[in-house]
Amino acid sequence: METKDNQGQLWEVFIQTKAGQPFKHAGSVHAYDKEMAIENARDVYTRRGEGTGLWVVPSSEIVAITINEAEYFFESADVKIYRHPTFYNVPEGVTNM
Amino acid sequence: MEAKKEYLLQIADNALILSHRLSEYCSRAPFLEEDLANTNVALDLIGIAESALGEAANLEGKGRSGDDLAYRRPENEFKNVLLVEQPNTDFAYIMVRQFFTDAFHVAFFTELTKSKDEFLSALAYKSIKEVTYHLKRSSEWMIRLGDGTELANHKTQDAIDHLWKYSHEFFNATEADQEMIKLGFGPDLKSLESAWKLKVNEIFFMAKLKIPENNYQLAGGKNGVHSEYLGHMLTEMQYLPSKYPDAVW
Repeated sequence: METKDNQGQLWEVFIQTKAGQPFKHAGSVHAYDKEMAIENARDVYTRRGEGTGLWVVPSSEIVAITINEAEYFFESADVKIYRHPTFYNVPEGVTNM
Repeated sequence: MEAKKEYLLQIADNALILSHRLSEYCSRAPFLEEDLANTNVALDLIGIAESALGEAANLEGKGRSGDDLAYRRPENEFKNVLLVEQPNTDFAYIMVRQFFTDAFHVAFFTELTKSKDEFLSALAYKSIKEVTYHLKRSSEWMIRLGDGTELANHKTQDAIDHLWKYSHEFFNATEADQEMIKLGFGPDLKSLESAWKLKVNEIFFMAKLKIPENNYQLAGGKNGVHSEYLGHMLTEMQYLPSKYPDAVW
């Protein structure tokens, strides 16, 4: 679990700025355990009142696509323009589309 | 009102001196996150000190400010307990000192919210959130260290064995304490002591740490009689105002 420099495991930090808003990735912290991870996240990322909600997740638990894999993973969607809702007119007065 | 001023100095000086000790550790923690966390605690404590010193200066009515009380007061007028002036020997000492103080602060400010004095009760409400967080953090560190590796347990027990003799001074009643208790302004120290001991027993049990058998206790700080360390610390802390008395921001 410990890295060579003895700072503990890496954790990803997500902050919710207002109730109802999505959690956004803010950065990462080192910590030995869950309690320490969320406290370090609080002390590093929310000391100026940035958050109303806070998540930490072990970085090793994040399932991710690397840049190298992006080509076959994402680009096939690029040619499927019919998946974008751009082929009809939005009625007048509709603002939230 | 002399007793209330003295009482405010006791509150302020515990916070100020511990804060300064923590600030000495700034940039020296084992890693960045811990460094920020410790300095955050130092900042919270300086907030408590500033508030209480400002009110003490008001009560005194001699035209001195809270800053004057912090930076132009001689050693024998500081009313902090001996524990908070003890040096940053190592990380275990820092955390044990913090845990003992946090446990006191939580018990103290919780009861102080009931103070019949408006300022003290407001100060308690404001501080209780901060010190509750401090205690959570230092309690977890006690468990992490005590129930961690053999070396970590050994070092933490060593810090406890050394610092225990300073741990009960919080509960020695000064004249100011007695006066404030009588007026219903301050909490009874005996009940704080049992709340403190309960917390220490709980955390030590989980942390596999032991209360030393030797219960010999030292005291003096609350009456202005300090250990060898405070004078050195103040020399550094008060260096600028004593060297350049007219300096302003």
